Amino acid sequence: MASLNIAGVRKPAAKGHGGAHVAHHKNTSAMPVERMPVPASVTIPLSQHIGAPNEAQVKVGDVVKVGQVIGSTDAFVSAPVHATISGTVKAIKPVRIVNGNMVNAVVIESDGEMALSEDVKPPVIESKQDFLNAVRASGLVGLGGAGFPTHVKLAFKEDAGVDTLIINAAECEPYITVDHREMLDHPQDILSGVKEVVKWLGFKNAYIGIEDNKPDAMQVLLKTMEENEEFKDVVQIIALPSTYPQGAEKVLIYSATGRQVPPGKLPSDVGCVVMNVQSVSFLGRYLKTGKPLVSRSLTVDGGAVAEPKNLRAPLGTMYSDILEYCGGFKEEPYKIMAGGPMMGLATIDAEVPLLKNNNAITCLAKGAVKVKPTRACIRCGRCVEACPMCLEPTLIEKKAHLKDVDGLNKASVMTCMECGSCAFACPSGRPLVQYMRLGKAIIREAGAKK
Amino acid sequence: MIDTKKLTVSASPHQKSAATTTRIMLDVIIALVPAGIAAVLVFGLRALAVILVSVVSCVLAEFLSRKAMKKEDTVTDLSAIVTGLLLAYNLPAGIPFWIVALGAVVAIVVIKQMFGGIGQNFINPALGARVILMSAFPGRMSAGAFADTNRIGWGVDTVTGATPMGLVGLDGVKEGAPTLMEMFLGTTSGCIGEVSALALLLGGIYLMVRKVISPIIPCTFVATVAIFCTFAQGFDMYAVAYELLGGGLFLGAIFMATDYTTSPITNKGKLIAGIFCGVVTCIIRLWGSLPEGVSFSIILMNVFVPYFEDWTAPTPFGFIKEKKQKKAKEETKA
Ligand code: SF4
Ligand code: SF4
Repeated sequence: MASLNIAGVRKPAAKGHGGAHVAHHKNTSAMPVERMPVPASVTIPLSQHIGAPNEAQVKVGDVVKVGQVIGSTDAFVSAPVHATISGTVKAIKPVRIVNGNMVNAVVIESDGEMALSEDVKPPVIESKQDFLNAVRASGLVGLGGAGFPTHVKLAFKEDAGVDTLIINAAECEPYITVDHREMLDHPQDILSGVKEVVKWLGFKNAYIGIEDNKPDAMQVLLKTMEENEEFKDVVQIIALPSTYPQGAEKVLIYSATGRQVPPGKLPSDVGCVVMNVQSVSFLGRYLKTGKPLVSRSLTVDGGAVAEPKNLRAPLGTMYSDILEYCGGFKEEPYKIMAGGPMMGLATIDAEVPLLKNNNAITCLAKGAVKVKPTRACIRCGRCVEACPMCLEPTLIEKKAHLKDVDGLNKASVMTCMECGSCAFACPSGRPLVQYMRLGKAIIREAGAKK
Repeated sequence: MIDTKKLTVSASPHQKSAATTTRIMLDVIIALVPAGIAAVLVFGLRALAVILVSVVSCVLAEFLSRKAMKKEDTVTDLSAIVTGLLLAYNLPAGIPFWIVALGAVVAIVVIKQMFGGIGQNFINPALGARVILMSAFPGRMSAGAFADTNRIGWGVDTVTGATPMGLVGLDGVKEGAPTLMEMFLGTTSGCIGEVSALALLLGGIYLMVRKVISPIIPCTFVATVAIFCTFAQGFDMYAVAYELLGGGLFLGAIFMATDYTTSPITNKGKLIAGIFCGVVTCIIRLWGSLPEGVSFSIILMNVFVPYFEDWTAPTPFGFIKEKKQKKAKEETKA
């Protein structure tokens, strides 16, 4: 893939440091997303975003329909939650989600109808504010990342000099292929989503960053833009190198524009907004149909799954139901995580619900993961070579052991994005990411004391 | 129902690279084999005996000292074998075995384990032990000991008496020195591991291809010596070639100066370290009273590593110069 040459595809503006050459395992890239049959019940956590928690808008016994709001709040930094199947509310109770936290959730028992709520109608948009309100009402949060409400991200000040929209379609995590599928199967939705965002928010540039191991996706997007007058030159494609972590926000912005987001700053501080390709594609559909975020596509793979699949499942479907639909396991799973193997969250069991930002369920088989004995650091420098943020992870580990606040600040631990490239590379199996987290905690604690 | 009772939960990343400490050390051992074979061909079985005594003593010392300190066993990381090989390669073939064993104890116990074990020592264990042995037993460690091989009767006849580095000085190469070809192939005298530049080079290329070491230190080290000597020797290229092929330069530049623990972790730091070693080696060789400067230059460099690393600490992402940031903004606007 070294010399990818497709007319109309841009080269990256800058080449980042480090990264990890992780085996891609994109086994499911030829599998179109299939719709999972409606599960008997779903458990929908009321808060699936970063920000203020939602309050339940339904009671036990209520009959709900798809797209009806079941959780919301007036706070700005939040996103409403909708019923994802039609049926009866059986319970409202705290449940454990994948990160181990207990969150209030609405359990809906399916009536098998999937009846659409009367509230679902295309939003009428006449101004930027209308647009942002519609985005908020859709319940959209970053579909690839931490779950930050999209309307908040888009509500930057007009005079802030934000000029560039970057669509993240790098999909650098191993196994995951839903973004790839989205581009192959729904290029029109993606392009119309981008077009609307650019139109209402006045971006000057729009890029879509795609790793160069997906040339077919680039071709499809190019062709769609060529053949449809309305999508002419909507977005410029940038071919990113296929090294992990190209999809990390700061790395992507740097590759696309050459701008570096300073530590503690937001992309908008350097004039950029990054949106996941699933998010814009969803927006493209939502603005036409008004159907809020009630389902999402995800890759179920990782070696241990009997029938790896790309699926579209209602939010709140239990992992166990999804895994059962995929034929269970062909090998004993060693770890199950939400997301990919580099940054995913390992879960203690499969009794957790699918959330808005879960782009994959990865089940690694026992033999598939390299388990290295943890040995002393040999100062080989591989972590330093690998760090996309140009840090010295081994030095930070030492400073964290010493609880050296000044040293940690000087080593700029706060710049770390916990991508795991350093720990991936370390021959001594040092748990470097945990030390980065420890280092950050030490700094926060010291800051709180002051 | 899906049984997921036995899941492992741990922090990301869940996938790791294939590299392990043991594999890295194994690569270094493999890379040191050609030089060992060359040594046995030149010095005979006596050299092999020294190598074995050194390796076995190092491994034993590592095992016992970890045991005595009640720390986990680290023999399986193979680093003690590497130290054993390097120590032997830095000794003359005729050295008494008890001195070899003593050197191993100094390297592993005093220099490595007393400072906390692998990754913690501030000078290279094998080199540190060599220098201590040189001060303690100057006679046994110097040129005279090379001839001992023949007297003991384990050696082969091609070995000349004095080490070649004694025969080259600021006034060029003296009479009786071996030819350049002999020095390249290794049919001369010297320490066990330093005789054959060819064998060392093979090992070095293997390590670079396997990405175990970066070429920065070996290249800058050797290049600095070459350039420095070219001027100091008044463009007498014959003498320069001598300086390059002799005196353990290749052994030091490829295997000792690149030791992870005692060389800078940053690329720029490696560059400085390589040049530093080259300059110090030349100064000692040409103006010092010792015929040989590689070991001392590396040990001196080891001591300065924290400074080199501090000066060359990478600039973290986002601390970009304002001008550059602005330029990037302008460019994407256009
Ligand atoms: S986890 Fe942090 S320190 Fe490690 S490579 Fe990623 S950014 Fe660098
Ligand atoms: S990669 Fe691991 S062993 Fe190598 S310097 Fe970093 S922490 Fe140490």
